[in-house]
Amino acid sequence: MTETIRRNKLAAFLAAAVLLCILPFIVQMAGNAWVRIIDIALLYVLLALGLNIVVGYAGLLDLGYVAFYAVGAYMLGLLASSQLADTFPGIAAAFPDGLHTPWWIVIPLGAICAGAAGVLLGAPTLKLRGDYLAIVTLGFGEIVRVFLNNLDAPVNITNGPKGITGIDEISIFGVSLGRTQHFFGLDWPKVTNYYFLFLVLVIFAVLICYRLERSRIGRAWMAIREDEVAAKAMGINTRNLKLLAFGMGATFGGVSGTMFASFQGFISPESFALNESIMIVAMVVLGGIGHLPGVIVGALLLAALPEVLRYVAGPLQNMTDGRLDASILRQLFVALAMIGIMLARPRGLWPSPEHGKLAPTPAPALTPDDPGVPQRVTPQTSTVTNVVRGTGSKHV
Amino acid sequence: MDTFIQQIINGLVLGSVYALVALGYTMVYGIINLINFAHGDVLMVGALTSWTVVTALAGFGMPGWLMLLISLIAAIVVCSVVNYLIEKIAYRPLRNAPRLAPLITAIGMSLLLQTLAMIIWKPNYKSFPILLPSEPFHIGGAVINTVQILILVATAVTLTGLTYLVNRTKLGRAMRATAENPRVAALMGVRPDTVISATFVIGAALAALAGVMYAANYGSVQHTMGFLPGLKAFTAAVFGGIGNLAGAMVGGVLLGLIESLGAGYIGALTGGVLGSNYQDIFAFIVLIVVLTLRPQGLLGERVADRA
Repeated sequence: MTETIRRNKLAAFLAAAVLLCILPFIVQMAGNAWVRIIDIALLYVLLALGLNIVVGYAGLLDLGYVAFYAVGAYMLGLLASSQLADTFPGIAAAFPDGLHTPWWIVIPLGAICAGAAGVLLGAPTLKLRGDYLAIVTLGFGEIVRVFLNNLDAPVNITNGPKGITGIDEISIFGVSLGRTQHFFGLDWPKVTNYYFLFLVLVIFAVLICYRLERSRIGRAWMAIREDEVAAKAMGINTRNLKLLAFGMGATFGGVSGTMFASFQGFISPESFALNESIMIVAMVVLGGIGHLPGVIVGALLLAALPEVLRYVAGPLQNMTDGRLDASILRQLFVALAMIGIMLARPRGLWPSPEHGKLAPTPAPALTPDDPGVPQRVTPQTSTVTNVVRGTGSKHV
Repeated sequence: MDTFIQQIINGLVLGSVYALVALGYTMVYGIINLINFAHGDVLMVGALTSWTVVTALAGFGMPGWLMLLISLIAAIVVCSVVNYLIEKIAYRPLRNAPRLAPLITAIGMSLLLQTLAMIIWKPNYKSFPILLPSEPFHIGGAVINTVQILILVATAVTLTGLTYLVNRTKLGRAMRATAENPRVAALMGVRPDTVISATFVIGAALAALAGVMYAANYGSVQHTMGFLPGLKAFTAAVFGGIGNLAGAMVGGVLLGLIESLGAGYIGALTGGVLGSNYQDIFAFIVLIVVLTLRPQGLLGERVADRA
């Protein structure tokens, strides 16, 4: 019995893998714009996974997550464009074509810097709980944005609100992802190349999160989320672990930022406003906080919905004589969806299972009211039970 | 010195608006532990409603103060209804849901209000007419106009009234009891649902007042105008110690003062490297410093980590 299920699982897994591989080529037929939507959605999945570490596992409500995204994006933007060379004659003399640092230096650098920023933000906020933490992180996000917006004077570093243009595309082994390539008799336009890059990153991120969730660290985070004092009493070093959560989450944000910058080729402070942070929090909560499949669904839904509505809203706009333009309708639908989904499913679209089982393990032939159930639950899964019930408590 | 007095006046005016909005945040938070993200947008609804009323009344030759008063009443009524409905539709069903669920509906409501405002009032900026005499009064080199004086007076009166309401009346006692423990309050004959609704209505009335005064002072209204005052007011509420009425007032006024003094002097202090375009970050930097040193806010009580 276990064997068949394992085989079915493998089959489903392979089917999903094949589907993910051919997806862009199918969607491409409808136009590259649709592949682009998928790309952006994958980027948001990456961000949501990162934030899920902070909010979902460690229970620290972070409303300034986009700051780390910005750190990563500007890291790549500055080190892989002509921006710095335009400003500083010294750099221009050394690199006449502008700085074009290769991606395998910039991306780790962006990840490290964002992670460091995360720890830096985490350090003074360790004592804060719940909403105090939320407002401080929110403030941090705004501070970063205001600086990005104003650092064009007296020395032009970020080019202010105008943003940085002409950012390099990533090229792997001399194959530029920015140009249309031809492999296996298929066209690989930019959006498809980036699709695979993002897909690899998302899978990698999911693996990291999956392993983290089940590790000592992950369980310690959940213990902190449920009851910090009790966690401390159990010998958990809450300070270091909270810092680690901030750092890990921020690293994911930084990597997504570098990806965003190279994908768009243009960044400006506008992309890193508070709304983005709130949107990412909404993705995590809407999908199912602390539950990987839920978070992914939430991110895909909230990222793709507005873009898809852009195409759907056009006909509606004509029906109302253009009084409601497409962007307004889109916003209306998103707002209604957020309220409606939360009212219908307060724990998210796909929350973690309520009764102490991470996955529907087939073995136990127990009825739900069998008194034997509590004893059978392993220590690890029982942590999760508490976790789930505990999300109803008043502490974030 | 003149600049100093001027910045103090500006700061007090700005701080009064923050304090009024912050009270709405803090009262709601005190009772149901929810950050009402849509509160800033209630302010926007108030300002836009009063703009509509004022524009509609423009032809009747009424004195400016009367128009302002009528529009204020209209704004208070509309905002109260809106906030009452928000609570009823988006927060009440989620009262026992996981903590972050109502936060998301609050964000959704904020987005919804902005969108509806965009549909009803169109997205462009609208100028708010000057209704009160605009000749400034001089106080030792600094100037203050009628609207600003009105803001200070109205805020002081409202805050006194609110303090009386909360500390001396039956409703106030019921509110405090519900904040302390809704279940026990219910056993004592308090209806928590009614009290919570009343709290939202009072908060909305304060936000409407703040919105009308903000519009009258800055002279323009738009559907996104609620965002920044809302954010700052929330900051002020946390700064003073969220859930604490006096804290929200003190936090709001202090935040206003810090912002305007900071914006006034940063250029001189840093030799022109940083300008007043950094105004918005003062609030946050001070907030981070204060909360690091005093995690419960200025007037907040130190609560046990877990009850």
